[in-house]
Amino acid sequence: MSETNYLDGNAAAGSLSELFAVDLTSAIAQCNGCGRTSVFAEAHVFVDAPGMVARCPGCDSVLLRVVTRPNDTYLDLRGLTYLRVPNS
Amino acid sequence: MWQVATVTGVRRETETARTIELEVPDWPGHVAGQHLDVRLTAPDGYRASRSYSIASAWTASHSSTIELTVEQVPRGEVSPYLVDVLNVGDPLEIRGPVGGWFVWKPEQDGPVQLIGGGSGVVPLRAMLRAHASAGSTTPFRLLYSVRRPESVIYVSDLKELASSDDVDVRLVYTRDAPAGEPRVGRIDADVISEHAFKPGDGATTYVCGPTPFVETVADLLVAAGHDPARVRTERFGPTGGP
Repeated sequence: MSETNYLDGNAAAGSLSELFAVDLTSAIAQCNGCGRTSVFAEAHVFVDAPGMVARCPGCDSVLLRVVTRPNDTYLDLRGLTYLRVPNS
Repeated sequence: MWQVATVTGVRRETETARTIELEVPDWPGHVAGQHLDVRLTAPDGYRASRSYSIASAWTASHSSTIELTVEQVPRGEVSPYLVDVLNVGDPLEIRGPVGGWFVWKPEQDGPVQLIGGGSGVVPLRAMLRAHASAGSTTPFRLLYSVRRPESVIYVSDLKELASSDDVDVRLVYTRDAPAGEPRVGRIDADVISEHAFKPGDGATTYVCGPTPFVETVADLLVAAGHDPARVRTERFGPTGGP
């Protein structure tokens, strides 16, 4: 990919810590677009979009979106088949 | 959850980078490699937040002290304030520590290869400090790509760390090298094969830097036969983080 204005799932850890009780960067995520499984830290994260968008490093499909407004936050997880989180 | 830290020290590292020491009440401790978010609020209520790696290792004796090292991004919204304006005694809103993937723990198995580009060395420095403070004998190697000698962050710190038998520090200069260093150029396959652990060594590799740097180095490692599952990456960009 020639476009390199993305970050990765690590950069999403702070925003996601407001929504999830566990760290998602080390979670295994399956892309609903191509079926690839990878650590969420490897997702391509765009922070210059309205809100934050995480895309599959394999097929570029949207995995997750977080949009924070003054009084509430939208979490869109439709691009994920599942998230596998280690039991603590 | 956001909380307010207090700046207890500032230290200039290079012309464009500064280390900020923070006192954070009720800091839960952190693992080397984790980061935190910093949020600035303008008088009109406009807010901007960015993600910064923690530069220090957590120790029980300084349990509420952390260090950040911030590189100034030209025309950035947050970093110019942190590098040039913020002063000792000032409050700073933070959230963290966060991230459980790009981390090193002393009980982890196998040697560790660190590869940093520019201020990508910051979380790697935290890992080196954690290694030193734990008295770990795990072999550590740092490959640190900088533009020129004046761009090196943590100069004295790295000299001290490199004196350990268990730590090897190798600098790669991409624009100007100091006298006696003939090579000027980016990290390439030759540098990887000469200075990094070999694929059979069982090392975990941590790569941190700007996105193009991380992509290039991760590709070189995989091409050299390293297991992609043992290459952990963290990218940062001119926009910082969310």
